[in-house]
Amino acid sequence: MVINMLNYLINGISLGSVYAIIALGYTMVYGIAKMLNFAHGDVIMVGGYISFCATSYLGWPVIPSVLLSIFVCTILGIMIERLAYKPLRMATSLAVLITAIGVSYFLQNAALLIWTSNPKAFPNMVTLPPLVIGELQISSVAMVTIIACIVIMVVLTLFTNKTKLGKAMRAVSEDKDAAQLMGINVDATISLTFAIGSGLAAIAGVLLCSAYPTLMPTTGAMPGIKAFTAAVFGGIGSIPGAMLGGILLGIIEIFGKAYISTQLSDAIVFSVLILILLVKPTGLLGKKINEKV
Amino acid sequence: MKKKLLAMLLATAMVCSLTACGGDSAGNTNVGTTDDGAADDGATDNNVAADDGAAGNDTAADNGDSAGSATTGSSLLTGTLKLGVIGPLTGGAALYGNAVDNGASIAVDEINALSGDFTIELNAQDDEHDAEKSVNAYNNLKDWNAQAIIGCVTTTPCVAVASEAYADRMFMLTPSASATSVTEGNDNVFQLCFSDPNQGSASAQYISDNGLAQKVAIIYNNSDAYSTGIYQTFQNAADSLGMDVVSVTTFTDDTANDFSVQLTEAQNAGADLVFLPIYYTPASLIMQQAASMSYDVTFFGVDGMDGILSLEGFDTSLAEGVMLLTPFSADATDDMTVSFVNKYQSGNGEVPSQFAADGYDCAYAIYAALSYYADKNGGYNVDGVSYQDLCEILISVFSDPSFSVDGITGESMTWTAAGEVNKAPKAVVIENGVYVGL
Repeated sequence: MVINMLNYLINGISLGSVYAIIALGYTMVYGIAKMLNFAHGDVIMVGGYISFCATSYLGWPVIPSVLLSIFVCTILGIMIERLAYKPLRMATSLAVLITAIGVSYFLQNAALLIWTSNPKAFPNMVTLPPLVIGELQISSVAMVTIIACIVIMVVLTLFTNKTKLGKAMRAVSEDKDAAQLMGINVDATISLTFAIGSGLAAIAGVLLCSAYPTLMPTTGAMPGIKAFTAAVFGGIGSIPGAMLGGILLGIIEIFGKAYISTQLSDAIVFSVLILILLVKPTGLLGKKINEKV
Repeated sequence: MKKKLLAMLLATAMVCSLTACGGDSAGNTNVGTTDDGAADDGATDNNVAADDGAAGNDTAADNGDSAGSATTGSSLLTGTLKLGVIGPLTGGAALYGNAVDNGASIAVDEINALSGDFTIELNAQDDEHDAEKSVNAYNNLKDWNAQAIIGCVTTTPCVAVASEAYADRMFMLTPSASATSVTEGNDNVFQLCFSDPNQGSASAQYISDNGLAQKVAIIYNNSDAYSTGIYQTFQNAADSLGMDVVSVTTFTDDTANDFSVQLTEAQNAGADLVFLPIYYTPASLIMQQAASMSYDVTFFGVDGMDGILSLEGFDTSLAEGVMLLTPFSADATDDMTVSFVNKYQSGNGEVPSQFAADGYDCAYAIYAALSYYADKNGGYNVDGVSYQDLCEILISVFSDPSFSVDGITGESMTWTAAGEVNKAPKAVVIENGVYVGL
């Protein structure tokens, strides 16, 4: 019984860690560019395909293929920002939102043309033996996912708090115009945010596909929406919030399935979200922002 | 004001480009597949030119015999039949649609090679396993003046198209859409595959008869009509057979990535067989996750499991020992199967699945039905016959209890007026990466 619960907990944390890494991308872009990048889930899918191609078709080892996928996704992120979002910087947020949905469809259909929609089984990227503690068994993919998630969060937090670029990012997020007056290159900073977010998406893609190895052009869509939920849940704009939201979402999903009903797992996840938002509209760790009217 | 206008313009452009994208990709795929089919056909003919005539003639003779007195059916039947195929040629279920298309193309080539008087023109349309796109595909075929349809390949789209076709009076013979809702109330729709009730109860019967398991767990997709339908009849049959079903868990299309909870529950309940009435894509994930939790169990699937060995990049050793209920096994030694498997392999470079066999038999069943009719009426020319007229003819022949077809998915298949097929089920097991008949 206890073993089962621990097993479920680990599965939940591992699933949640993937959501958390995706949510970090959402939350960073929202925090700095004040827009919801709905194409984020599809960048994950592209990341998955790139590393799939590198390992399966070109026979590359794991690490270079992951690096290649990070590189390609970073470039893709910057290109999307330059071509689709930058021209709309002064437009209404609704216009940008619709553009993001358009980019998302564009990426899905492009993937459909390039890779066809026959599902591909993702090769196992993590070939370490599982960790066995007594009766408890932790798969190596779960461990790598959890560790990657923690490392990414720590590095990101240090980056935004300690480095000059990170500080510039926070300045842009607080007040774009004032930041510009202080000599910060706002456009470059926003591009950097997209680059980092897309790089993270590539890592999330590899981890997601390693844990659940079916790759299709729509692979990123549902995890993307769940991760967006996680970002809102934890307080959108907050890096630790995205992390916490993602992991909690994963745990609630698995526990809901295990102890309440496998049929209702998604309903449970989203009901919890509604409850939290009713009590705490800014999310768990979100800061209350007083909008100047 | 200018900005607003620009935003609206952009939004409109976006919407247009989206629709353009959708239409375009569908169009491209269709053209591509038809071309592919033609290319394949050519290859097949060249490669097995010597065999072709002989095998073709045999099959024709067999079919003729089985279709009552229609031994000379091919000479009485004349004209060109425009036959449509609807199935997922791209998308998650693409393996099925392509297999049916390839199988039907082989049958059509054989039929066309028999005598010059009767030929079939085949046109396959992609539905991406989507109800809406399937109706579009159906409308495309109507525009092409299709006279009868093989399809749809998957259940959900088939239900949508069946109701349209029922209203239009277009005859449909589905190779593999197995839900009862496909044929229910639609007298124009016939199934070549087992219906879900038959698949579910036949699986339970098979497991019980062969003593495969003491305790059975079931994982099914409760957002899918196909999966739910089979589960229900399996459960009913299991109850009446006194089988011990220890765990029933579900997932939906949106939660089809993590199965750790379902598998843990099955493992804790001590199940030694997991029944998976689902398609192969989630099934491959279940097998992979069961292996990673070192849960060694027998998986038993139905026709949706077929194709798992062709999944690109899938570690086939995970599927070792998986059993599935299927009407066709490629290692059968009868002449018809051997000839079909050889042609399919040389044309498509892979061993045909049951879906390919279903497609092949569908084309032959329609041909046999028309021959049967032509024979009864001392000759029949299909040229320019409206699909409504042809529909009534085919319904009357298929409902005729003395009409039977010997195919590679079953001998002397007959149909009930409700559209369900009668034939004997077979099971295969995956050994060393290939399907082996049991």
